[in-house]
Amino acid sequence: MAETIDCDIHPGVPTVKVLLPYMDAYWADAFVQRGMDGFDLASYPPGSPIACRPDWRRAGQKPGTDLAQLQSAALDAFGARFAICNPLYGGTVAVSETMGAAICSALNDWIAAEWLNADPRLRASIVVPAQAPHLAAEEIDRKAPDRRFVQVLLPAGAEMLYGKSYYWPIFEAAQRHGLPVGIHAGLMYRHAPTSNGWPSFHLHDYVAGAQVFEDQLLSLISEGTFLRYPGLRIVLLESGVTWLPGFIWRAIKTWRGVRAEVPWVKRSPAAYIREHVRLTMQPFDAPDDPAIVAQLLEEIGSDEMLLYATDWPHWQFEGERAVPPGFSPALLRRITVDNPLATYPRLQESIA
Amino acid sequence: MSEVLERPTDATAKLRIIDSDIHPSLRAESDLNPWLSERWKKHIAEYGKLGHQPYAGRNTYPRFMPNTARRDAWPPGGAPPGSNLDFMRAQLLDLYDIEHGILEPLFPGNLLRNLELSAAVCSAINDWQVAAFTSQEKRLRASIQIPFEDARASVAEIEKRVRQRDFAQVQLTSRSTEPLGRPKYWPIFEAAAHHNLPIGLHIGGEAGFAPSASGWPSFYVEDHHGLTHSMQCQATSLVLEGVFERFPTLKVIMIEGGWSWLPILGWRLDAHWRKMQSEVPHLKMPPSAYMKRNLWVSTQPMEEPERPEDLRRTIDWIGWDRILFATDYPHWDFDDPRHAFPCALTEAEKRMIFRSNAEAIYKLD
Repeated sequence: MAETIDCDIHPGVPTVKVLLPYMDAYWADAFVQRGMDGFDLASYPPGSPIACRPDWRRAGQKPGTDLAQLQSAALDAFGARFAICNPLYGGTVAVSETMGAAICSALNDWIAAEWLNADPRLRASIVVPAQAPHLAAEEIDRKAPDRRFVQVLLPAGAEMLYGKSYYWPIFEAAQRHGLPVGIHAGLMYRHAPTSNGWPSFHLHDYVAGAQVFEDQLLSLISEGTFLRYPGLRIVLLESGVTWLPGFIWRAIKTWRGVRAEVPWVKRSPAAYIREHVRLTMQPFDAPDDPAIVAQLLEEIGSDEMLLYATDWPHWQFEGERAVPPGFSPALLRRITVDNPLATYPRLQESIA
Repeated sequence: MSEVLERPTDATAKLRIIDSDIHPSLRAESDLNPWLSERWKKHIAEYGKLGHQPYAGRNTYPRFMPNTARRDAWPPGGAPPGSNLDFMRAQLLDLYDIEHGILEPLFPGNLLRNLELSAAVCSAINDWQVAAFTSQEKRLRASIQIPFEDARASVAEIEKRVRQRDFAQVQLTSRSTEPLGRPKYWPIFEAAAHHNLPIGLHIGGEAGFAPSASGWPSFYVEDHHGLTHSMQCQATSLVLEGVFERFPTLKVIMIEGGWSWLPILGWRLDAHWRKMQSEVPHLKMPPSAYMKRNLWVSTQPMEEPERPEDLRRTIDWIGWDRILFATDYPHWDFDDPRHAFPCALTEAEKRMIFRSNAEAIYKLD
C-alpha cells in the first residue's frame, strides 16, 4: 500500500492570522485593523460531523490543522506515497475579488512553506478566486512553476456555471500549465443551495451538493468547454460518485432529444465525461454491500475514472476502510496508483 | 430484438393501463373566463400572470417543440395539443386501451406571485377540468390545483373539491418558493393525509431560484435535465423535515422527475444521516425507510441505461411496487406503453407498473 496516492486531503487553516505573513502590507494590516477572521466555509462548519471524523478530532483545534497528526493519521496510516492537499477556505468564496485573491495567494504560499516543505509526500492544489477569473489566471501563472502544485481548485457552487465564457481565463491558464481543474464540494452561496430555495438543514445542503457536480458537467459539455480546451481534465472531489451512472443515462437521453440546441456537441455526453472527467472515491454513496458496489462500478463503465482518496479529516468511513467492499484487486491498483498518475502528470516527475 | 419489443403489444393492451400523467390544455386563455370574476379577468388583461421569469409571455427556457408537444398531437382545426377531448380519446385513451388517466394541468396558476390571483386561477382550472374533461369522459380524473404558496387557501380549495369523484389527487410542483417539507406547507399535507388523497408532485415550475446552486444554465438541454434535481430536493426536504414522520400515511407520487436517482439519493441520505442525525432528531428511521414507505415515482421519461438490463437493478433497488406508468401525452417526450421499457418485463411486473400500483394509490372506482 506504500504506493498509494491519496487525491483528496484537507489541511486546515487555524486562523487567518497564520496567513498574514504571506500577504502584502495593505492586506496584512487590513485583516488586523478590521478584526476580520472566521473565514471557514459554511459548507464545512468546523464543529460539524462532516468536517472531522471523531477519532481525528483534537480538543481546541480546528480540523486538519496539525501537521504531525496529518502525517500519522492520513499519510502513515494509509501508506500514502503522495497526498494532494485541497485546502477549503474563505478566499474562494469572498464577494470581494481583491480580498478573495489576497487570501488565496497567501494560502498557496503558506501551504508551500509550511506543509509541502515539511513533508515530501505532500502535494497541493492552487486555490484561486473563481469570483475573478482574470486574477485566478494570474495566481495559476504565479504558482504553477512550483511543480508540487498539481491542480487548480474551484468550489462546486460558484457565481455562474463553469461552462460560461466568463471562466475561460481559468481553463486557459490550467491548460497552459497542464494542470487538471479540481471541482470540490462546497458552495459560494451566491444562489440558494437548491432550485427550491434554502433547506433547513446542513445535512440537506451536503446531500444536495452532489447535484451541483451534475450541473457543472452539463454546463461544461453543453457550452463546448471540452471542445475549446481539448486537453482539459476535470476532477470531481468529494462528489459522492454513485450518482454518475444515472446522470449519464439522463444526459445521453436528453442530448439525443434536443441536441440540435447545442449543435457543436457532436459526441454523446458519456464520451466527454469518460474522456475528461475523473472522480475521487470518498464518499462512495452506497450500502456496504459488495454486490451493489460491483454493480455500480460496472455501470460507471470505466476503470480509469476513479481516484483513491481518504478525504482526511472529513468523516466518510470508519477505521481504515477507505475503499468500499466490491473493488477487485486490479481496480484497486488502478485507482490507488495508475489513475492518479495519469490524471496528475506532475506526480510522475518525482517518481522518475 | 423486434420480437422483444413487439411482444408486449398484446399483453399491455389487455392490462387496461392506468396513465398517471396526461396534460390537458386550454384552447385559449379565455377558456377559464366562465369561472373568473370581473376583477381577475381585468387584472389578467392588464398585468398578465406575474410569476418569476423574465418574459411576460413565456417561460425562461424555450422548449424544443411548439407547446412542448409531439408534432402529431395538434388536433384537426389547429387548437393546442391536449385541448381536444375527442382527439385525446383517439390518440391516447382508445389507441392504448387506457382505462384511467390522471390529468395534470401545467399552465400558470399555482406559482403566481399574487396569491389571491393564484387561488382564483387554480379554482378556475379545477372547474374547467371538470367541465371540459372529466364530466364528459369517465376514464379521466383531474388533479386539484392549489395555490400552494398560500396553505390556508390551498386547504380551502382541497375541501371544496375532495368530495367530487372527478379529482384523484392534489397537484404540487417540483419547484416551489421554499423546499416543500418546510412547515408553511404542512396544512396541505395534513389535509391530503386526512382525506387519503395522494399528492401528485409534478416536475416543473419557476419559483425564482436559479436551477443550480451555481446559477443559471444557458440551455434547455441543461434545464430539462436539472428539473430532476428539484424533485430530488423535494424528496430530501419532505423526509428531513419530518413530514412523513408527522403524516405517516401521506402518499407522494413524483411525476416526470426521473427515478434512477431514487436509490442513490436514499443511500447518500442514509450514509450522511448516520453521521449527522443529531441535526434531525425528529427522524425515527433512516431516510431511505421513509422514502420506501411514502414515495412513488412515475415512469416517464423512461430511464434508459447504457446497458438496458441495468434498469432491472434500478427497479429492484426502488421496489417494483413503487413505480407507476405514465405517457406524458401530448408532450414531445411521450412514452408509448408498447415500447417504452428498454428491457423485457414479466407479466407480473407489467401488471404492477401499468396498473395495480396505481390502483392501490388512486381511488378510481
